[in-house]
Amino acid sequence: MPIGKKIIFTTLLLSIVLLLSSIIAMSAGSSGTHFWETLSILTGNSDPDSVTATIIWQIRLPRVILAAFVGGTLALGGLVFQALLRNPLAEPYILGISGGSAIGAILAMLIGLSYFPGVAIFSFAGSLLVLAFVTTLASTTLGNTMLGKDSLLLGGVMMNAFCAAVIMFLISMTRSFQVQHILYWLMGDLATIQKGQLSILFLLFPCFIIIFVLSRPMNLLLLGKETAAAMGINVKKIVLLLLVITSLMVSIIVSLSGLVGFVGLVIPHIFRLVLGPDHRILVPSCLLGGASYLILCDLLARILPSSGELPVGIITALIGAPLFIILLLRHRT
Amino acid sequence: MSLILDMANISLNFHDKSILSNISLGVSAGEFFVIIGPNGAGKTSLLKILSGLQKAQQGSVTVKGKNITKYTRRNLSQILAIVPQHIEVGFPFTVADTVIMGRSPHLGILGMEGKEDFHIAEEAMNFTEVAHLADRKLFQLSGGELQRVIIARAICQQPEIILLDEPTTALDPSHQLKIMDLMERFRRQHSTTIIMVSHDLNLASMYGDRLMLLKEGRVVKTGDPKTVLNKSLLEESYGCQMMVDESPLGQVARVTPIPHKYQHI
Repeated sequence: MPIGKKIIFTTLLLSIVLLLSSIIAMSAGSSGTHFWETLSILTGNSDPDSVTATIIWQIRLPRVILAAFVGGTLALGGLVFQALLRNPLAEPYILGISGGSAIGAILAMLIGLSYFPGVAIFSFAGSLLVLAFVTTLASTTLGNTMLGKDSLLLGGVMMNAFCAAVIMFLISMTRSFQVQHILYWLMGDLATIQKGQLSILFLLFPCFIIIFVLSRPMNLLLLGKETAAAMGINVKKIVLLLLVITSLMVSIIVSLSGLVGFVGLVIPHIFRLVLGPDHRILVPSCLLGGASYLILCDLLARILPSSGELPVGIITALIGAPLFIILLLRHRT
Repeated sequence: MSLILDMANISLNFHDKSILSNISLGVSAGEFFVIIGPNGAGKTSLLKILSGLQKAQQGSVTVKGKNITKYTRRNLSQILAIVPQHIEVGFPFTVADTVIMGRSPHLGILGMEGKEDFHIAEEAMNFTEVAHLADRKLFQLSGGELQRVIIARAICQQPEIILLDEPTTALDPSHQLKIMDLMERFRRQHSTTIIMVSHDLNLASMYGDRLMLLKEGRVVKTGDPKTVLNKSLLEESYGCQMMVDESPLGQVARVTPIPHKYQHI
């Protein structure tokens, strides 16, 4: 199948999957509604002022939207880092960028800043600081300014460990009522979302488009920096642009939903096994597939416990870690 | 004849260590130029400078009358293709995927390949005889097949200059000749300039129009194969005894390094 048709076909298919999982997720919850009723409310064929309709429009819809953006962004972030590091095990957390943005977000919360712009800006600043530190470290140890693969990875792992320590330090120094809230947020919690916070998600659309536009250079980067350069790619510029864009996306998501792990590892891996390594297909697929995946994970987080709910980060880790090990074993043999 | 590539007084240092010093080199359009020299002589560094992947501290490189630093990476890649010594085969790209990537410098940043591009890729694969492998993954190929795929990708770039870094190392004699004959035939058909780094002095002698012998970052000699493949120059550069005579093929020099146990002859 030619590449153009293949992109359109997979995008359509995954859009349908996303739509279905959204409706299923919106039709289940503690107040117990059903699929067809939800569908008639969403299509405007039911009383829009009923209790069920209010629950769906005011509570479940924003939450499903958030879950979709978190899942799509993290899957895409993983995909980009895997291309840049030429390492299928990389993901947004590996460079410590999530950790940096979490520190920024916690600091802003402790100072008592409002979500927007305070927490969001601190979060982005935190991720950029880590990015600047890690890339400088990588370039000085290499003796030149190219962004080296292994030094970037090692610097990131160390930075991540350091960030985790700072986060624990900040939390242990806090004596306020906020600790419970911060801990829940840190584990990856979509329950705290308010409708007004959703508008910041529009910032993500230009990021998605830029990454899609750069999907051909990402293909070339998989073959190595020098080969990419020999094929006409300005490697340094493209790598930096992708790193900054991805940090921006990840910090927006971290500031909203805390640390949700493994999505960026599992989703790109599955799609690469099924669809091959071409980023022109993988970018839209990871975006839509990651969105559906997190919506369903969040559904599990809401309906599994008999009372209350789990942070979604626990579900993604419980599914993601074993699944990843299975994929890895199968891939080897 | 006009120079397609002109390198003037190039010097390269790395951590106070001189890698290349004061190297000048002019290559004419359509020439088959071979760079030879012992390990660590700076051959690969020289190739990287010629391809713009590395900047020298001193000197200049002019490609088609324009300084190499004035080119964008994209424009330079339309003129100049590189066949590297190693390529990464970790991600499961097929042969066809890999060859069509050679069209990249000719496409827009998002540009999808058109019919024309697929046609060029197909011709390149036919030329290097890898068309039957089109759907194979790179990591399933033998060394000789992989090398021909990489050359097909370079050809697909439709360059005016092809730079090859030891393309025949690790290949058996039949595959070595196959690769060299491919390059020679392509050069004749398209008047492409070929610059190759090689350890194989006899291949250099048989295929090269001109050779450059490097030692410790300096030019020992540049000229036609018979001038450069001189017994005393080679012995001094490589540090071993050599025998140079005329090949039974006629008109070309044959170099035989002499093992210790034969040196009394």
